[in-house]
Amino acid sequence: MFSYTTDTNSEDCNIIKPINKKNVKQAILGIRPCDSASFGIVEKNFDTEEYKDPFWINSYKATTFIGLACDNPDSTCFCTTANSGPFDEKGLDILLITSGDSFIGKILTEKGEEAAKIAGWTTEAPANSVSAIEKQKKEAESKISSSISTDKIKNKDTLELYNASFWEEEAFACINCGTCAYVCPTCWCFDIQDEISDKKGIRMRNWDSCMFPLFTLHGSGHNPRDLKYQRVRQRFMHKLKYYQDKYKSGIQCVGCGRCIRLCPVNIDIRSICDIMNS
Amino acid sequence: MQNPYLPYPVRIDDIVTETEDKNLKTFKFVFINPEEEKKFSYKAGQFAELSVTGKGEIPIGIASSPTEKGFVKFTVNKVGLITTHLHSMKKGDIMGIRGPLGNYYPWELLEGKNIVIIGGGFAFTTLRSSIIYMLEPSNRDKFKEINVVYGARVPGMLLYKDELSAWKKRDDINMHITVDSTDDPNWKYNVGFVPAIVGEKVPKGNKDTYAIVCGPPAMIKFTQPVLDQLGYSHDNIIMSLENRMKCGIGMCGRCNIGEKFVCKDGPVFTLSQLNKMPKEY
Repeated sequence: MFSYTTDTNSEDCNIIKPINKKNVKQAILGIRPCDSASFGIVEKNFDTEEYKDPFWINSYKATTFIGLACDNPDSTCFCTTANSGPFDEKGLDILLITSGDSFIGKILTEKGEEAAKIAGWTTEAPANSVSAIEKQKKEAESKISSSISTDKIKNKDTLELYNASFWEEEAFACINCGTCAYVCPTCWCFDIQDEISDKKGIRMRNWDSCMFPLFTLHGSGHNPRDLKYQRVRQRFMHKLKYYQDKYKSGIQCVGCGRCIRLCPVNIDIRSICDIMNS
Repeated sequence: MQNPYLPYPVRIDDIVTETEDKNLKTFKFVFINPEEEKKFSYKAGQFAELSVTGKGEIPIGIASSPTEKGFVKFTVNKVGLITTHLHSMKKGDIMGIRGPLGNYYPWELLEGKNIVIIGGGFAFTTLRSSIIYMLEPSNRDKFKEINVVYGARVPGMLLYKDELSAWKKRDDINMHITVDSTDDPNWKYNVGFVPAIVGEKVPKGNKDTYAIVCGPPAMIKFTQPVLDQLGYSHDNIIMSLENRMKCGIGMCGRCNIGEKFVCKDGPVFTLSQLNKMPKEY
């Protein structure tokens, strides 16, 4: 984010200065639709009426998203009931669809048009592409075998859900490793740290997670989320309830299923969601 | 695009050790670029991130009042890495401040009302800001009766002692200073815990009387039933919270209480609001 010197001989000693970062145009090629859908969810946190996070926004604006439609969803995928789908176009500039040994690119935005031109993707798609893609999409969607319902969570009393008796039991197996947050495309929490070597220092931001007790530890030693279940509750409540409360626009999840696949103790957001929604 | 993470450079203009345990110091900062003082336009109740190179940032309530020009003041308790380093810094040293951040005591609403300020320990900083603000000659008429209950463990742990005794002599503010205990035979103020003094000295609640409460959790816990008994509605009890923070602008994710961020939606909440929120602070 910033750099500085602590050299007392320098007239800029201890003055914190922005690092001149050129946001060179970049493209993410082959991003899955669920991942690109997550950007719209995360954007609400970093681009607000009161404050704009220039690091996030500039780098987001400089990026072209060229997605790859998903023909073989995993058993843990539930994107079709969580803001996305295997052929979802949200957040994408181009959607690539596998067609035999090649791809058909569906150009979705001006940014996508520019990227296609630069890449030299000029061959017209076959005439029957639209219906072929539609068929392929239906097939992919029909392979999604799991789903969640969040309709009741929206109108439930936040405090009632927060105080519900199931949290301790659901969190029992959790080892607070933070893997769920690490692989989550909609988790955005971060830390800010200073790092100094000799007299040259930087202020940087790094990944952080609500699974760790240090995340909320006060200077006094008091910790509002001291216990494991309180941190597990925070993560699920944030994704499935607080986000809905705050933005009135669905949950903070795209159903990618990674947290389910990678959780070492098999905590499953789908079953937590079921309990919260029942 | 304004970068909300970039601190303004400031020079430490003065350092005052406030308490006998030397754990609380008040830092007076002067902006290096005078135009940035105007940008740092704040109201009593807001906070800022104090920024020390090589160490990091800490959120601290602004102790000076918007009516005091040319400088900003913060009283800092020595607790962790950054505050300990800050306590070793000297007059003339350069550092940064970032803000003002958060909301403030609802001054528009408080105009024309009786104000009761209840503070304990070193949480008195934004309350000092508020008192100075209200006592400013051009502001004093905007408020009716002002009562202040301020307590510390012992006399030597009270902040801003000179100002406390100056306010005590005035007739447009009722100061109820108290300590938990003292062996000083010359102690001329109250002895007793804040909740007890609130019960004895504070006027009864009505729709035109607002209490601003700021202090350690135990004080808040035992003061609330006293205010309930005095008839204060929970809409008329205003509190300021603390949580661990980094960004100060509602983005980094750690200070949330439910959907609210203490840094951006707070730190000031009414008790009515807090009643509807998880107790995660």
